[in-house]
Amino acid sequence: MAQESETPLLAVRDLRTWFHTFSGVVKAVNGVSFEIGEGEVMGLVGESGGGKSVIGFSVLGLIDSPGRIEGGEILFDGEDLAQAGEERLRHIRGRHISMVFQDPMTSLNPLHTVGRQMDEVLRLHTDLGAAERRKACIDMLESVGISRAAERLKAYPHQFSGGMRQRVVIAIALLAGPRLIIADEPTTALDVTIQSQILKLMRRQIAEKGASMILITHDLAVVSEMADHITVLYCGKVVERGRTRDLIESPAHPYTRGLIDSIPDPAARHDRLRQIPGSVPDIRALPKGCNFRERCPRAQALCAETEPDLTKQHRSLWAACHFPLVPGDVQ
Amino acid sequence: MLGYLLKRLIQMILVLWVVSVIVFLMMSFTGDPVFMVVPIDATDSEIAQARRLLGLDQSLPVQYWKFLSSIVQGDFGRSYVFRQPAMTLILERLPATVEMVLVAMGLAVLVAIPLGVYAGANPNGRLSRTIMAGSLLGISLPGFWVGMVLIYLFAVHWGIFPSSGRGDTGEIFGLRISLLTLDGWHHIALPAITLSLGTMAILLRMTRAGMMEVSRQDFMKFARAKGVPRKDVLYGHGLKNALIPVVTIFGLQLGDLIAFATITETIFSWPGMGKLLIDSIYRADRPVIVVYLMLVALIFVVINFIVDLVYTLIDPRISLK
Amino acid sequence: MAVTSVLRSEFFHNYRHSASAIIGSGLMALFAFAVIAGPFLVAQNPYDIAALDLMDSYKPPVWLEGGDPRYWLGTDGQGRDVWASILYGARISVFIGVVAMLASCALGTLLGLVAGFYGGIVDSVIMRIADIQLSFPSILIALFLMSAVGTGVDKVLIALTAVGWVVYARTVRGSTLSEIEKEYVQAARVAGLPNRKIIRKHVLPNVLTPLIVIATIQVGTFVLIEASLSFLGVGVPITQPSLGLLIKNGFDVLFSGLWWTSVFPGVAIMMLVFGINLFGDFLRDELNPRLK
Repeated sequence: MAQESETPLLAVRDLRTWFHTFSGVVKAVNGVSFEIGEGEVMGLVGESGGGKSVIGFSVLGLIDSPGRIEGGEILFDGEDLAQAGEERLRHIRGRHISMVFQDPMTSLNPLHTVGRQMDEVLRLHTDLGAAERRKACIDMLESVGISRAAERLKAYPHQFSGGMRQRVVIAIALLAGPRLIIADEPTTALDVTIQSQILKLMRRQIAEKGASMILITHDLAVVSEMADHITVLYCGKVVERGRTRDLIESPAHPYTRGLIDSIPDPAARHDRLRQIPGSVPDIRALPKGCNFRERCPRAQALCAETEPDLTKQHRSLWAACHFPLVPGDVQ
Repeated sequence: MLGYLLKRLIQMILVLWVVSVIVFLMMSFTGDPVFMVVPIDATDSEIAQARRLLGLDQSLPVQYWKFLSSIVQGDFGRSYVFRQPAMTLILERLPATVEMVLVAMGLAVLVAIPLGVYAGANPNGRLSRTIMAGSLLGISLPGFWVGMVLIYLFAVHWGIFPSSGRGDTGEIFGLRISLLTLDGWHHIALPAITLSLGTMAILLRMTRAGMMEVSRQDFMKFARAKGVPRKDVLYGHGLKNALIPVVTIFGLQLGDLIAFATITETIFSWPGMGKLLIDSIYRADRPVIVVYLMLVALIFVVINFIVDLVYTLIDPRISLK
Repeated sequence: MAVTSVLRSEFFHNYRHSASAIIGSGLMALFAFAVIAGPFLVAQNPYDIAALDLMDSYKPPVWLEGGDPRYWLGTDGQGRDVWASILYGARISVFIGVVAMLASCALGTLLGLVAGFYGGIVDSVIMRIADIQLSFPSILIALFLMSAVGTGVDKVLIALTAVGWVVYARTVRGSTLSEIEKEYVQAARVAGLPNRKIIRKHVLPNVLTPLIVIATIQVGTFVLIEASLSFLGVGVPITQPSLGLLIKNGFDVLFSGLWWTSVFPGVAIMMLVFGINLFGDFLRDELNPRLK
């Protein structure tokens, strides 16, 4: 593993979160393991519908029916959250682990003032008095780059722009000084120019507070700038993981290669984006063998027979592939 | 703000004017009220004179102009039957209707909102399904029939509730109110329950639908991710959002209650303006019908206006424009 | 071919697994049968004076003391079989509900199409009328119209249509507006197809689906409104008693403890409207999946 020497802040082992729908069992997360150390940023990457968000919600115990955590461990600071009761989880949510949602337009309650929604976190998780809480909220709003913070506390979400709202959401997530932040596509719903501002803000805040972060995204370009480690998911399983630099420079899994090639590169010589052919298979009826083989340029007979396990590859990489790429391979 | 109020006021007057035209036209094309006021053995000249007195010998626009100018002055004419100003007749009976409508509305809200929230928060529970089936039954029942069954059971069979009338009333600001006496409550119970059932069912279904819609919203999950207890998420964050559509139909429901009060009052012989309307329809007592319709139109227009104001209080995104 | 595709469809699958859909459509089928076959199910024609025997008046239901096996739900003051009255009354109630719904749907769809397609002043006038009408309860408007025109099945139909068209007009206008924005309609307009043809061939088929749910539930609403009007004495005439009028007639003798003449017709209305609403709810869930 990447950081075996230290005790990880969060260790997810063999997590399985399934949804029991009328048309079959959706194994959205099916045997996922990863670790994050203190102060680290981990990117969780995959195509939409790949079960990324479900991992975030599983960690916080926010999986609603018909979904269920079927098995595995979620060790946070040594405590298994998969076994924790609602009351314990409630204490952890917002206090020790907080979350930033994808769409800032919908993640704030339209009928409550921003101040009230911030204050709520401090009321739930600290013993601070009203004046102290107000001060803390103002300070936090200012530190995420919102001016005239004292005034803005009285404003309603609809009086803010999308980027400003996401700053508020981030401020709420940081308020109680959590040790882990799960950011689920925090910039996807925003304009491109705002995106980089928000990412910079998050990066700075995390570094200042010494918190760790799971950055869930479909955008490899975003994680490659932010994350120390990357975990790539496909059909609810980890297909590759490793240090960001190793993984971006020379991935071992053909799926990761495909994701990297589909990043638009302004300096690229070829004028056409490469895309991974085909689409994500129906997760309710996965084919035998490797889930990626039908879209894989390297697939052979073996891939249709047995599903590859996650094995050690070059440098820091681990990948689940029978015929992994090695540095210097030309596709 | 002032501009908004002015615009609303003009709108309200416009609606009332349209109603007055429709009411006038309908009244003019149906039946000849002159036979309501003259004795059965009246001579032709007596009839003609009565016609002149009532202004029925003039052309339609002239009649309408007279009609309009007199109602603007608050003069709606005298009841053919009671020989009293129609307005006085209606106003005398207004408190009885209003108190029954309000009690019914209160009852409906008291029952519907908690049950609706519960059913919306636990959509798959057995109790929720029972509540929903019950509410569907509630909108499928003829209200007057429920009233009859209640009368039969509680008044005729068991004899524990009175079947008709208003009972003792207390007086406050010159208004006679049943709710001030125990006997009054005893009398209002059955009619108010009868009247409330339909509205109760509709409010319940709206609350549930609103609650279910809101439960899916991101901000509910975000609130839980902040560590807010589930109950507080539901009631602190969800309920207010869920109630916005309920408030929207609240005004319509009040209107429905006033309309259905005519039937309930008829069954329970409740001396309100609804029963007066039905009696007046039987007797073709045109001035009373006109007053009733204009008054009810005014009430509806005012209710709609108040609902819009309440709306802005609940939802900061909506401003008065 | 068509049958198997229906049987395999998701709609049919959901139907078979929905208790409310089955109960609702079962009740509707029961009433459809009663309406068609009613007169053949009972020996007595309740409106044939010759078939009535005053000696049989006010017989209680058969399970009570004094009940007569010929009249299992009892008889009214003229010796009229309550069961036969209900079967005949249901015909009138259902007839009024269905015909008024069809008329409302036709009128409302037409006005909605015209308003949505042509816009402008026609649109404004139609929609303002609709707005004003919607701010008043249907029952009150119907009551007022009936008080002006007098009793009669035809007059009830007119009154119900006058209150019922609005909801169709608004829905159809809304879908028409979004439909004529679409490329194929624009193309047809540019191609010079006559308006009437565009409406009939392209717009109409696409705006009708949402109306199915409205129409289903409206039949139930109309049955209730008609019953209320008749109960108040401004609905159907005494010679054509609907279920509502049966209840009114029974109400007069309720205080003497003769409950069956009014309670059973009410149960019939309840079953009919409940069935319609159950099935309507199911349809709404199926046809507007967003609301699920």
